Amino acid sequence: MNATIVKPTIEAVMNHNNSKQSAKAIVYKTSGLNLWYGENHALKEINLDIHENEVTAIIGPSGCGKSTYIKTLNRMIELVPSVKTSGTIEYRGRNIFNKSYSVEELRTRVGMVFQKPNPFPKSIYENVTYGPKIHGIKDKRILDQIVEESLKGAAIWDEVKDRLNENAFGLSGGQQQRLCIARCLAVEPDVILMDEPTSALDPISTLKVEELVQELKKDFSIIIVTHNMQQAARISDKTAFFLNGEVIEFTNTDKIFSTPLDKRTEDYITGRFG
Amino acid sequence: MALQKSSNTFSIQEMIREKKNKKAKKLQIEKIVPFLLLLTAIVSVLTTIGIVFTLIAETFTFFTKVSITEFLTAQKWYPFSETNGAFGILPLISGTLKVSIIAAIVAIPIGLASAIFLSEYATDRTRRTIKPILEVLAGIPTIVYGFFALTFVTPILREVIPSLEIFNALSPGIVIGIMITPMIASLSEDAMSSVPNSMREGALALGATKFEVAIKVVLPAAISGIIASIVLAISRAIGETMIVAVAGGSTPNLNWDVTGSIQTMTAYIVQVSQGDAGYGTTIYYSIYAVGFTLFLFTLIMNLLAQFISRRFREEY
Repeated sequence: MNATIVKPTIEAVMNHNNSKQSAKAIVYKTSGLNLWYGENHALKEINLDIHENEVTAIIGPSGCGKSTYIKTLNRMIELVPSVKTSGTIEYRGRNIFNKSYSVEELRTRVGMVFQKPNPFPKSIYENVTYGPKIHGIKDKRILDQIVEESLKGAAIWDEVKDRLNENAFGLSGGQQQRLCIARCLAVEPDVILMDEPTSALDPISTLKVEELVQELKKDFSIIIVTHNMQQAARISDKTAFFLNGEVIEFTNTDKIFSTPLDKRTEDYITGRFG
Repeated sequence: MALQKSSNTFSIQEMIREKKNKKAKKLQIEKIVPFLLLLTAIVSVLTTIGIVFTLIAETFTFFTKVSITEFLTAQKWYPFSETNGAFGILPLISGTLKVSIIAAIVAIPIGLASAIFLSEYATDRTRRTIKPILEVLAGIPTIVYGFFALTFVTPILREVIPSLEIFNALSPGIVIGIMITPMIASLSEDAMSSVPNSMREGALALGATKFEVAIKVVLPAAISGIIASIVLAISRAIGETMIVAVAGGSTPNLNWDVTGSIQTMTAYIVQVSQGDAGYGTTIYYSIYAVGFTLFLFTLIMNLLAQFISRRFREEY
């Protein structure tokens, strides 16, 4: 395996945390990214640096390309036929569009949580062990441990510990979404991509997921697409504002919500459109 | 429509009211229609009950001439012998099972593999081309398959297995397998295609390969539909008549040899129907007993399918 994509050692992380914020390592470096759906130019010259152990929120009106962008980061966008890209996205220093970069390897390092909870129609236990199992972990004791740690990590352990063998579809929507987060944690990813993870949830479940994101930030880098500007303001460190496939503004969250530089950003966050 | 209230000489509400009066008759029809539909549904239920009743009644008469013990345990089926006739169903069952098992061995792997290809790998265009072609196979008359088995498959098989008789279990078994493959492929593909895409995405996002998604997510999620398709196909193989009548021979044998001549339950019924067994003879009644046994087989298969698919169902 290439040395550059190995998860940084604890010392390295500590060093980063001790030094200034701006010195945090870059996880994703997007340079000159363009994306077309057939003839439709959906992303235009995107340049974004995403840092380690931060929550980066992506906001913007519907159809601005924010979901497209986050799905490009783990190459899920390639499931759509007729997608073309140019430019580069470097994940830990390696271009993910490189022919030699296997998508399976990338997606093992970069987890994803979807808009609608999508657990597998299996037991809660099997949902969490699915990832480790396909990557060859079969030892029952290790799997048990993974299940407990992942479910604890997703703050759902206490609710489900007595019914691990029940079907995941018996859980409420909010629980299902946290189970999907646990499923994603079970392969110990480096980055977690969240595509509007709370848009199908009620306010209380939303709150729980938001608290969870704050908690997860300590160990993971999180990129979250959201429709909800208050949510972005509450949970993110940096915010990128997308409009018509372009990044209009990308800076610290408190700055973008208090003193936006661009008129269009200001119009959007004050609710004048979108 | 840009109707302006002021310029209107008529009121839409009034028109609706007027139409409604004419509709009064239609409302009567609304009430009669469900009753008519119920009647048509009852027709098929009554037919089924009638068939089962006839089967049971005639089978009962048969058992007044031949004991149930002989029917179930005797190892010979010599209905046409005047002096030492024997009515043991086992040789006919063995013929049916041999053919059905061979058909299943051929059809399940090919059918499932095609279903996985069509639902998980094929582009829309490929699927739209291949699926109708597969379904055409299901529309070929079975008598054609029968002669295909006898005049094409059997000679080729005899090149490979010199001891193969002209009438045997292997050739019709393989051809029935070919015949039911599209059924498994098409129905399983339907079941797999209806698994929501969000589940595939969930697995792909965890770093699963396409094949792992197909085998470990889509297949288990669609398993109830897949099992149903397999059982349906095997029921069809058990009940298949013309192919075995043409290419299987008419020698009931109780063994597991697939190279020799056999007779299945269905082929026996054909043989008797073609001959001149008079009404009221034991042979005449025997076809009902055999038919009833056949019916039990497919009934058990269907119950089994329901049980298995309920047991393994993954709700989504």
